[in-house]
Amino acid sequence: MNRYNLKYFQYNNNSLLISWPERIDQDINNDVNEFKIRLETGFKYLLEVRSSYCSLLLIFNKRIDNINRLIEKLKNLYLSRKSHSKYDRILWNIPVCYENKFALDIDIISKQNKISKENIIIMHSKVIYSVYLIGFLPGFMYLGGLDDALHIPRKKEPRLRVPKGSVAIGGEQTGIYPQQSPGGWNILGNTPINLFDKSKDVPCFAKPGDRVKFFQVSEDEYKLIEKEVELDLYELNKEVLND
Amino acid sequence: MIKVIDPGFYTSIQDKGRFGFQNYGVPVSGSMDDNSAEIANKILGNLTSEALLELTMTGCCLKFEKNAIIALTGSDMNAKLNGFSIEMYNKIDVEEGDVLSFGRLEYGFRTYIAFQGGIKSEKVMKSRCMYKGITECFKIQKNDKIVLNNSIKKSRSINQEKTQKLILSDNIECYKGPEFHKLNKKNKENLLKKQFSISNNHNRMGYILNEKIQNNIKPIITSHVIPGTVQLTPGGKIIILMRDCQTTGGYPRILQLTNNAINILSQKMTNSEIKFNIKQIS
Repeated sequence: MNRYNLKYFQYNNNSLLISWPERIDQDINNDVNEFKIRLETGFKYLLEVRSSYCSLLLIFNKRIDNINRLIEKLKNLYLSRKSHSKYDRILWNIPVCYENKFALDIDIISKQNKISKENIIIMHSKVIYSVYLIGFLPGFMYLGGLDDALHIPRKKEPRLRVPKGSVAIGGEQTGIYPQQSPGGWNILGNTPINLFDKSKDVPCFAKPGDRVKFFQVSEDEYKLIEKEVELDLYELNKEVLND
Repeated sequence: MIKVIDPGFYTSIQDKGRFGFQNYGVPVSGSMDDNSAEIANKILGNLTSEALLELTMTGCCLKFEKNAIIALTGSDMNAKLNGFSIEMYNKIDVEEGDVLSFGRLEYGFRTYIAFQGGIKSEKVMKSRCMYKGITECFKIQKNDKIVLNNSIKKSRSINQEKTQKLILSDNIECYKGPEFHKLNKKNKENLLKKQFSISNNHNRMGYILNEKIQNNIKPIITSHVIPGTVQLTPGGKIIILMRDCQTTGGYPRILQLTNNAINILSQKMTNSEIKFNIKQIS
């Protein structure tokens, strides 16, 4: 079990930032999310914990009176873990149509990275990605674990209107646009499912720390799922991982 | 009910904010100057969490189709009822058929109109704050109908002078941000000694300043930001994030404004001058 040297920084009157070593790393992010879950199971006056790649932001519902005592308590809690605490991670299987109609930039990726379109699809849909973070737009998941061969820089000029559901690559990450928005990532497909449902108490099905895998669907299957989603009949396929 | 004859430049419904959904990428939102908004509600005896209208730079024109009691706070935009000037920071009785309009902006940038009982509008994720993609509309439109809650509560009055002084202040109190220590000595000095001014790029998401400082810090791995976080871009531009800001960012976070400083800043407009003043978190 890894134990990291954490840094504690008071952000304002009622929030505190905990930082892990600064890198994009699966083990670090697992540790971040494990600590988050432990904090959420009961820490006095804690209003909200937000997780990112290698940091947690703790927001309290009252002013922090004694920062040293708080840090001491957090340090003890972090170190008190007896063994590698296991928690269930959910793997979400997300349908993606990679056909040309949706794959607006697959030719660019193919040309720039010298990979056939077929191989791009295989490489993109075979990996289990980690949800490192949800941010940028409501419901936008930053997914880590993309095959090195598919890394491609963001576009110099962002697109003004990236269609809702676009599956795209930005640098070494992949993600899905939950709504139409401007964006600079290269688009290689589209999913008919909703990433963000504002009418639900928990508006996103996935949370940071979960896993995501894509599976290829044809345009006809896409249309069917799209209709099922609209009628609230579509059930997203999920698996519980114990690792 | 109230009919919107003219929405003005940018008028929106706000409350204390949309909390608890930031892990899903949802901005906090809420009244930009939450001190003025709070006072407006308090004058009417409302809960401070009641939704109200936030006006930006120009007033709006509202026609009341029912009696109401209102209070105006924040920036002075020469409010008029049926053409007669009305006082701010006061309870005002409005009758059916009355028209509320505004004139020239005297000082400040954002005015709050609270209604006794509060606005009853669409509630999404526990808040009525308007935000693109979250609520149906992100700002008030012409011919919109504003519906109020029915309630009668005891009111109390508030000292106006103090608030006006706060709005006019140029002192932006802040704490050191998580990456402040990475700035070299000269850049730290510049940041704290220089007078800055607000560029014409400012809105509910953030304020960009005209003056730059040198940036010797590398971008960070995307981490948390909150309203009031001051970011430094690779080109040395300073961005102060405001209430509608995104939940994460990759620019170094050099300062963190106090809540009061966010309130003061939201009453500033293009070319207003400000100074950063570091204080210890107490």
